Amino acid sequence: MFGSFTLTHLLYLFTSIGWTLVLSALAFALGALGGFGVLLARISPRPWLRWLAVVYIECIQGIPLLILLFIVYFGLSVYGFQLPSLVAAGLAMMVYVSAYLGDIWRGCVEAMPKPQWEAAECLAFSRWQTLRLVIIPQAVRLSLPPTVGFLVQIIKMTSLASVIGFVELTRAGQIINNSIFQPFLIFSIVGAFYFALCYPLSRWSEAMENKLNVANR
Amino acid sequence: MKYSLDFAALLDYWPVFLNGAWLTLKMTAVAVVVGVAVGTLVAFAKRSRYRLLSRACSAYIEVVRNTPFLVQIFLLYFGLASVGVRMPTFAAAVLAMIINIAAYAAEIIRAGLEAVPRGQIEAAECLGLSKWRIGWHVMLQPAIEKVYPALTGQFLLMMQASAMASQISAEELTAIANTVQSTTFRSLETYIVVAGLYLALSLIIKFATGLLGEYLFRRRRVLRKAAARSARLMVEPGQAKVASHGGAA
Repeated sequence: MFGSFTLTHLLYLFTSIGWTLVLSALAFALGALGGFGVLLARISPRPWLRWLAVVYIECIQGIPLLILLFIVYFGLSVYGFQLPSLVAAGLAMMVYVSAYLGDIWRGCVEAMPKPQWEAAECLAFSRWQTLRLVIIPQAVRLSLPPTVGFLVQIIKMTSLASVIGFVELTRAGQIINNSIFQPFLIFSIVGAFYFALCYPLSRWSEAMENKLNVANR
Repeated sequence: MKYSLDFAALLDYWPVFLNGAWLTLKMTAVAVVVGVAVGTLVAFAKRSRYRLLSRACSAYIEVVRNTPFLVQIFLLYFGLASVGVRMPTFAAAVLAMIINIAAYAAEIIRAGLEAVPRGQIEAAECLGLSKWRIGWHVMLQPAIEKVYPALTGQFLLMMQASAMASQISAEELTAIANTVQSTTFRSLETYIVVAGLYLALSLIIKFATGLLGEYLFRRRRVLRKAAARSARLMVEPGQAKVASHGGAA
């Protein structure tokens, strides 16, 4: 007969939150790095680079993360790289996240008034100086709410890594469910844990957005 | 090990792939239509005077938006099955998608409703329009028009999320890819083909929603035409051209 849900199970679920957070942090760090590159390419003065970035963003945004995960996971394995699932998941999410973050940040950079660029040009700033000293410090403030909002998406996305066998919160729930078969209880708890992670971030993002709106008014 | 991509092995399977793409499209279409209808109701209910109702709607929206879709599917399919409600995988997947997109649509439409100026609603009341007509003509239509791009973006994300339905082995593109790759052992090629198909699907949806928007929002079309006409008139005298280039030093 099936066992019942015990404290050990709860503890197991609870510790697996750690892996969800590790993967989220990895995906965000790598994705932010890639996203910054995409942003720079997207606003580059060279048309071919801009064009390349547009194609990249459009393509990645049209493909589900699950398929990207499969491509990275199976793709690397047929070429002889047996990567741990954490690395495969991190890489796939990097590709996916960078397309979205690049697009979000481009919006923030383009929201900066044109005279800022012109003033910097008048002061003989180079393009990189203009970005680093003038545009990005202001754009960061604008980009915080959508970026934190996207962080929520990233945490939710990590649940997909369960498919390639990475033991995070969802996978841990599946494992326990396979042994005691109480899906309603277990996935409710798993959902509650995700909610506990994501809800504060959502609220934070919302609060920051409201603050910015008031400042603009 | 040397590995070379071989797409020829998949050539026999193209009807299977197309069928999968069709299933995904069908699933998404049903979920989007029903989901937006439910979402609209939820958006109005959230604005209602009854605190309990509006609280319940907020709770529903927040819970759905802050938990992964995969967990929602598992909860719906395995969870309901364990208490005796059994349904086909396809129905369970579509139901999960409806529940998911309704929450997102409700939040988007609510933002649109809030952007309708209070004065417009009051003006409509002064004109003696009925409550339903105010809701439909004065509030909902302009609200949808305003948030249409955000809404269609959500449809695209939903189409991608439908890939997760393969995890309860509902018949759709990703599930079909899993079967094909397990019979041909061409996993990488299969998933590349499927990625291409998803990309094509999202382009189709983008195009279709763009056309639909053009058809639905007559006001926007008229405005744009008028703007284009006046821009042509403005540019012709030659002076305006200089002015518009003045800023790009």
